[in-house]
Amino acid sequence: MLVFLLRRLAQSVFVLIAMMIVVFFGVYMVGNPVDILISPDATPREIEETMARFGFDQPVHIQFLSFVGNALQGDLGRSFVHGESAVSLILSYMPATLELALLGLIFSVLIGVPLGVYAGYKADRWQGRAIMTGSIFGFSLPNFWVGMLFILIFAVELRWLPSTGRGDTVEVLGLRLSIFTADGLSHMILPALTLALYKASLVTRLARAGTQEALMQDYVKFARAKGLSETRILVVHVLKNIMIPIITVLGLELGSMIAFAVVTETVFAWPGMGKLLIDSILTLDRPVIVAYLMLTVIIFIVINLIVDVIYTLLDPRVRVKGEAA
Amino acid sequence: MSVLDVRDLQTHFFTDAGVVKAVDGVSFSLDAGEVLGLVGESGSGKSVTGFSILRLVDPPGRVVGGQINFKGQDLATLSAREMRSLRGNRIAMIFQDPMMTLNPVLRIETQMVEAVRAHDRVSHAAARDRAIRALSKVGIPSPAERLAAYPHQFSGGMRQRVAIAIALLNGPDLIVADEPTTALDVTIQSQILAEVQELARETGTALIWITHDLAVVAGLADKISVMYAGRIVETGPTDAVLTAPGHPYTEGLLGSIPGHGRRGERLTQIPGMAPNMARLPQGCAFAPRCPRVSDICRKDAPVITDIGPGRGLRCHHPTLAAEGVA
Amino acid sequence: MSVTDQPVATAIAVDPGKRWRIARTVAGVAVLGALALLFSGFGVASFAVRVVLLVGLVVLAAGLLQGRMHKFFSSPSAYVATACLLLLVILAIFATEISPQNPYDLRQLDIMDGRQPPGSTNFSGTMTYHLGTDEQGRDIWSGILYGLRVSLSVSIVATLIAMAIGVVVGIYAAWAGGRIEAVLMRIVDFQLSFPSILVALMLMAAFGRGLDKIVIALVIVQWAYYARTVRGTALSETRKEYIDAARGLGLPDWRIVFGHLLPNCIPPLIVISTVQVANTIVLESSLSFLGVGVPITQPSLGLLIANGYDYMLSGQYWMSMYPGVALLAIVASINMVGDRLRDTLNPRLTR
Repeated sequence: MLVFLLRRLAQSVFVLIAMMIVVFFGVYMVGNPVDILISPDATPREIEETMARFGFDQPVHIQFLSFVGNALQGDLGRSFVHGESAVSLILSYMPATLELALLGLIFSVLIGVPLGVYAGYKADRWQGRAIMTGSIFGFSLPNFWVGMLFILIFAVELRWLPSTGRGDTVEVLGLRLSIFTADGLSHMILPALTLALYKASLVTRLARAGTQEALMQDYVKFARAKGLSETRILVVHVLKNIMIPIITVLGLELGSMIAFAVVTETVFAWPGMGKLLIDSILTLDRPVIVAYLMLTVIIFIVINLIVDVIYTLLDPRVRVKGEAA
Repeated sequence: MSVLDVRDLQTHFFTDAGVVKAVDGVSFSLDAGEVLGLVGESGSGKSVTGFSILRLVDPPGRVVGGQINFKGQDLATLSAREMRSLRGNRIAMIFQDPMMTLNPVLRIETQMVEAVRAHDRVSHAAARDRAIRALSKVGIPSPAERLAAYPHQFSGGMRQRVAIAIALLNGPDLIVADEPTTALDVTIQSQILAEVQELARETGTALIWITHDLAVVAGLADKISVMYAGRIVETGPTDAVLTAPGHPYTEGLLGSIPGHGRRGERLTQIPGMAPNMARLPQGCAFAPRCPRVSDICRKDAPVITDIGPGRGLRCHHPTLAAEGVA
Repeated sequence: MSVTDQPVATAIAVDPGKRWRIARTVAGVAVLGALALLFSGFGVASFAVRVVLLVGLVVLAAGLLQGRMHKFFSSPSAYVATACLLLLVILAIFATEISPQNPYDLRQLDIMDGRQPPGSTNFSGTMTYHLGTDEQGRDIWSGILYGLRVSLSVSIVATLIAMAIGVVVGIYAAWAGGRIEAVLMRIVDFQLSFPSILVALMLMAAFGRGLDKIVIALVIVQWAYYARTVRGTALSETRKEYIDAARGLGLPDWRIVFGHLLPNCIPPLIVISTVQVANTIVLESSLSFLGVGVPITQPSLGLLIANGYDYMLSGQYWMSMYPGVALLAIVASINMVGDRLRDTLNPRLTR
């Protein structure tokens, strides 16, 4: 187990280094931030000063080395626009995105798993087919358009839920979160549902396939021979078996949830790091873009590690193999 | 009164290739404490017969005819709910492959307790006690600790014991055992056979033991029914069938058991392959493989006839040994 | 039939499978040619080229399903999806002929007609805006037709290029093996570990807006996907005995690759690329919605939706709503057709 974790960590470090190179040369070399940092009627001296202050006058490889050196100390530069450290800027926007992605993940499981299990149970009936056709619509609906429809229906027409913003937040463990206040939660429901829709269809398909396979197994027939109700067979015997692959996939999808939050946050004006990224792209605020990418990579790596651990905990068969190794 | 009385059971599979009559007019009855050996090759319909009794035939299969009377009640008339309250409670089943029958991600405790509480409104603790007793009855050491284990932590033989313990949990009147020892080592096989026989005798549970191996049921069953291509071709008390088989197929099965004939004699084997159930020949299904086949066999299917006390035979040309008995 | 009269029989009755193969090849070349002409700018206005494109696409699809039509159309949703897709493709190809207005021609737009609700007539009373207008007075219906064309062509071209790169890299990796393969596949894994929207977003941030730029970005985020698939298929194919036999016969590598490996990699590719075109359309529209996609002068469906977004909350829903419906229709019908294709062509891939 330890060997396995160490190997995974070594891989992660490699990915991180590769990412640094790609990010630096990809993003740092593009556009000229001086143009937006300095007013057009600045004197050449002022321009030179700014260039020197941000280190743009150095050769590329020096810039890169100092970038790596600073990055290792958690310093990815200052935001050109906000003037504060890019990393801390992103970290302050991160809780909003994480709670949104997490709630979206929960929604997608709550929607997808029951639908998928039912569709697998009724695979050859119209109910199963209807759910499968519905799931195609689920992942055909463009994220941003769904969000707009939700706003139109639930916020503008029905006035049930607020359309944009984060609502009241409360400080929990040093993080400002919306999910624990009623007002904040009501602000989260629409964006989280929007974010969840695509994944919910994915989960539906996974759960359906898993259920169909599980239902053919002897242990399901044996459970029937024990006189268990169909509900218990589906909810306990089948569900527990199919949850392992679903959780694995979903864990890996949390990363893409965070990425797709970029779109959802823009639609709902949700002040998360996705919206910050878009704003930074539009203003060429390079340090923020770089910091966003580096932090996302780290999040992905952490998620992958956690998924591996959860997977081991969930599947007793893997657990034993791990102990033996 | 007999515990189980099956009359003219018909279970068909409606496949794309046509209707497969997996079980085609099977009849037998069973008293309390009696053991029936249901013998046949794979594909002969013996397992489907077992599943038909529990009404657990998977689509495209369906019970299309006949009666299954369990303690005087026709199972076909029961609602799904009533049937479920019988399964695992009055009628239990043991499956062939112990590696597959226990859910790999649930503890033994969960799988045993749920089987008790599906039928009795008892506390978890009471159900757990019953599970411990059942486990020790089938010879599992330190059952209380083993409850916390997962199936993969048991060997194949142990898993089958757990499955047998689950079948015994609610003190059923009938156990259908579908080749429960086929997947196990020979030594474990004989241990389990002896234990099951004792348990059945102790509790007065009727037992249907489905197997392809005549040798297995020889020491276990009170009576034997031999199935071929969805039909019972010979039935009778174990000793009578084994010493004087009437059907050429039974004779063939006996001849292929090592150690049954005289030492030094060649093992005989039944020529040909198990029949294609979707396209059975006209007449006797065994005719293409039968050493005593004649024109009438290819034209008319024989009917089952009594040839002695409790003995039935479905053959135009029974072997001499059986005629001697009659 | 004896051995001797076999050649005679084949000479008389042309093998229907072979006829379809020829038809498919001709249609494929025609489609590629037509696309190339249309995008190089030569044939943009040419009606004939676009007719060739449509006919080529239909023949190609029919050739693909030849002998499996029955299975493909075994569910009613397959009819609906295919009809819908065909209709939308026709609308996109002949947008110039069908639409009442050229939404890209700013001279035809009248700011006085801005934000008219559906069904209203224009300022001079010569045409009716059945689906309303946007803030620049652009007819939404015409905008949808042209936007459909932009969305479809951008994603189809990007998919074709990505597929070509993926096939080359995948087959090369499988064929070369060893260190080359390891390095190439590491790159593929590395790229696939990042969500495509993020990568595309970064690329567009770097490139700036533009049709050519978005095609490049979409190619970059997709090629690895195809490379992985092709390498998988090619790898399982190279292990088969006939490849050894072919090598043993001294056939040159390129003949084995083009004659044996490539044809076997095509069926899974077709299934994947169908679904991938749908994903690409969504991706492109998302990027355009975020303001880093197609240029404002040539709005795709995503940009049309984004343009109308600000007016959505004030009840002027039609500017975003109808382009969204068109987007949903094209993506859903492609996905449904793809779903049927997967079941029909490759039962092993069924999920």
